Amino acid sequence: MQGIRDRVAIVGMGCTKFGEHWDKSANDLIVDAVYEAFGDAGVSPSDIQAAWIGTNTSGRRGSMLTYPLKLDYIPVTRVENACATGTDAFRNACYAVAAGIYDLVLVCGVEKLKDSGYSGLPLSPEVVTSQVDPPCPAPVQFALAATRYFHHYGLSFEEGKRILAKIAVKNHHNGTMSPKAHFHREITVEQAMKAPMVAWPLGLFDCCGVSDGSAAAIITRAEMAPSFRKDYVLVKGLGVACGSREAQTRSDYDFVHFEENVRAARAAYREAGIENPRKEIAVAEVHDCFTITELIIYEDLGFSPRGGGPADVDAGTFALEGELAVNSDGGLKCFGHPIGASGIRMMYEVYKQLQGKADKRQLKDPRIGITHNLGGNPGWFTSAVSVLGRAE
Amino acid sequence: MAGIVSFGAYVPWHRLGKETAGWSAAGEKAIANCDEDSITLAVAAALDCLQGVDRKKVDGLFFASTSSPYREKDAAPLIATACDLREDIRTADFTGSLRGATTALLSALDAVKAGSARSILVVAAETRTPQPRSDLETTLGDGAAAFLVGTEGVVAEVEAAFSVAHEIQDMWRSEGDPFVRTGEDRFVVDEGYFPPLVAASQEALKRAGVATKDLARVAIYAADARRLTEMARRLGLDEKTQVSGTVLQQVGNTGAALAPMMLVSALEEAAPGQRLMVLNYGQGADALILRTTKAVSPNPSRRGVKGHLASKRVLPDYQQYLRWRGLLDVAPAARRPPLQVPSASAMYREQEQNIRFYGVKCRRCGTPQYPIQRVCCVCRTKDEFDPYRFSDKRANLFTYSMDYLGPTPDPPLVLSIIDFDGGGRTLIQMTDRDISKVKPGIPLELSFRLLHVVEGIHNYYWKCLPVRAA
Repeated sequence: MQGIRDRVAIVGMGCTKFGEHWDKSANDLIVDAVYEAFGDAGVSPSDIQAAWIGTNTSGRRGSMLTYPLKLDYIPVTRVENACATGTDAFRNACYAVAAGIYDLVLVCGVEKLKDSGYSGLPLSPEVVTSQVDPPCPAPVQFALAATRYFHHYGLSFEEGKRILAKIAVKNHHNGTMSPKAHFHREITVEQAMKAPMVAWPLGLFDCCGVSDGSAAAIITRAEMAPSFRKDYVLVKGLGVACGSREAQTRSDYDFVHFEENVRAARAAYREAGIENPRKEIAVAEVHDCFTITELIIYEDLGFSPRGGGPADVDAGTFALEGELAVNSDGGLKCFGHPIGASGIRMMYEVYKQLQGKADKRQLKDPRIGITHNLGGNPGWFTSAVSVLGRAE
Repeated sequence: MAGIVSFGAYVPWHRLGKETAGWSAAGEKAIANCDEDSITLAVAAALDCLQGVDRKKVDGLFFASTSSPYREKDAAPLIATACDLREDIRTADFTGSLRGATTALLSALDAVKAGSARSILVVAAETRTPQPRSDLETTLGDGAAAFLVGTEGVVAEVEAAFSVAHEIQDMWRSEGDPFVRTGEDRFVVDEGYFPPLVAASQEALKRAGVATKDLARVAIYAADARRLTEMARRLGLDEKTQVSGTVLQQVGNTGAALAPMMLVSALEEAAPGQRLMVLNYGQGADALILRTTKAVSPNPSRRGVKGHLASKRVLPDYQQYLRWRGLLDVAPAARRPPLQVPSASAMYREQEQNIRFYGVKCRRCGTPQYPIQRVCCVCRTKDEFDPYRFSDKRANLFTYSMDYLGPTPDPPLVLSIIDFDGGGRTLIQMTDRDISKVKPGIPLELSFRLLHVVEGIHNYYWKCLPVRAA
């Protein structure tokens, strides 16, 4: 197995501001993100040979990308894989380039959530069922893990909530330095702990933003990348893992780790040659849809030992100035979470960090960054990890 | 001789009572949770009655209620399915009549006597919604009772029965009426209630050759405690020893299920060789004289009326009751899309797992699993399973969440991951819970509940609840 390491490169990226874009449609967001990427790569629409568009609920079919951009009869695939949609669209684009089918492709993720008129996420479109499955929206799914995590490690409600609050405070702090983030306000631990309950034990500040947004990347073969720019970014590893509903069928599923994360990270690390993630990774953009998710991710992705997440949170390990910066742009919590766009937004941050263009958030000489998504339900998540590295 | 082989009851966990703010009636009454209706109550009482009974030997199910959720569509087949009875059985709804339960009981007796069935399950359940602040609201309660009628292992033989038909405009609810209407009280009682009941009881006693004083207990329909006292006096019964007001006082007037619940109550305390009478009302009267056999004995796995009355939660606020009944249109906690219409074909296809609550057990590795799988979730073996019933399994709580924004008139919506005793796990809603006592590890039981009504479709499924004290 050859793997993806150093075979494809990102030569251009774009990302809209995330937030409540009452004045913009999904089409507008696509045009804004993709044209920023075109400009960044120095390419024109006619250079693109194939494209992938990732969205959860904001459209169907490849033509949802060709129509706003007026791409000229090129092949486009629409990808859906829950919160890993953007990353999986990116992964498929990488594979087509690595296979030598295309030299230059576009991948775009978009989500227009705020037209639904509802809070939270819209329902999945028109899946006709007997409607007996318990109503289990995202906050509940992850609250199930929070309850069990507290119980498993003997944390009182207050102790557990304080750890989670610190994660929210960190991400809000990073978000203040991200002009494109949905939110720009610092919060305090007390504020987070006292926020109204959404799905016990998770309160308002344990939940990420529900946002509109789009992000895009231009991908080429690694050997062609220098002709576009010097500071291109190499794809080092890609891993995706899908669960088969173990959390709801098997009594040995522990709810204090998500095996999909472990497997996706293992696959991506193996490709990238990462042996000690905590030491080798400079920046990690991970799927903090809820604070508890980020806590569990620390352990699943090998940043913290099992049960060691809380101690690392207390030690500030994952702060911008810490040992391993996690969610340097504010994460889903603060940057916002337009489902299909989030994976590519994470790559946008890692790309900028590796290029040294992250302004106030800039880390010192980062070489390796990763992105991580987790979507679906416990036990039948899709988890996706990408490892990106600076061109040497 | 034919008679009652087994019996059971169900009383909802919730009450309106003295501690309920905004509820001023003197008495206490049981009220169905917002996920309960006459069908779910019937299933609960039927399962209580079927404790220790081979369900495969039940040849029929008759359902009696004035509050069956559908104007058109039988309830009995659904109840039978939830109780995991066979499909080749006789089912019938005895609806629209307060007297339906005794009519059903007599029909079941006729059937087993004629040999057209070995045993028939008769279930009476009621969840009538009275008009807020009406007199009826102070008395109408929710509850259910069930009897297995047969000829083998009889605990109470039916010695004699007599019925009277009596046309009168006493209580009625027409198409489109949200609440029961009643005639003028004195008229209804004097002309509709006392005469047919007295006549039926006298004739039944005469036919059985039993004197009033020889009756150990009498189960009499009565609109309230005052009418019960008055009826006992007219029949020459000693109210202290022969009549019990427990059901009326603690559960309320459960309509079609009232006399049946009183009979269950009497059977729970009966000794062998005692005479009991059931006297039911509704456009006439049915009187049945029963004699208990040596087989009458306490069944520790049956809760009955007494066991169910041992646990309750008094609703803190009358407003919450109004929300549960849909009588107070309250804004939802969060703006969410409307409920989707269940697919009738999917409901039909999934009956085995959704209504009978069956999963499968892998023949290769022995793991019970829910819902029904094609490939084993543990050993990956394909299509080598035996059917496995989860509805009668206890479980314990692995983890849970309380959704304060979820679509329910009873927030928070408690979602739980439960591990079944004997193996298997599922994600399921929790009902009838005190949220201060919910924590990982607590023991749970299962209950058949109404999930929602969308476009007239009443969609039922199972929920878990902390094991009720009994």
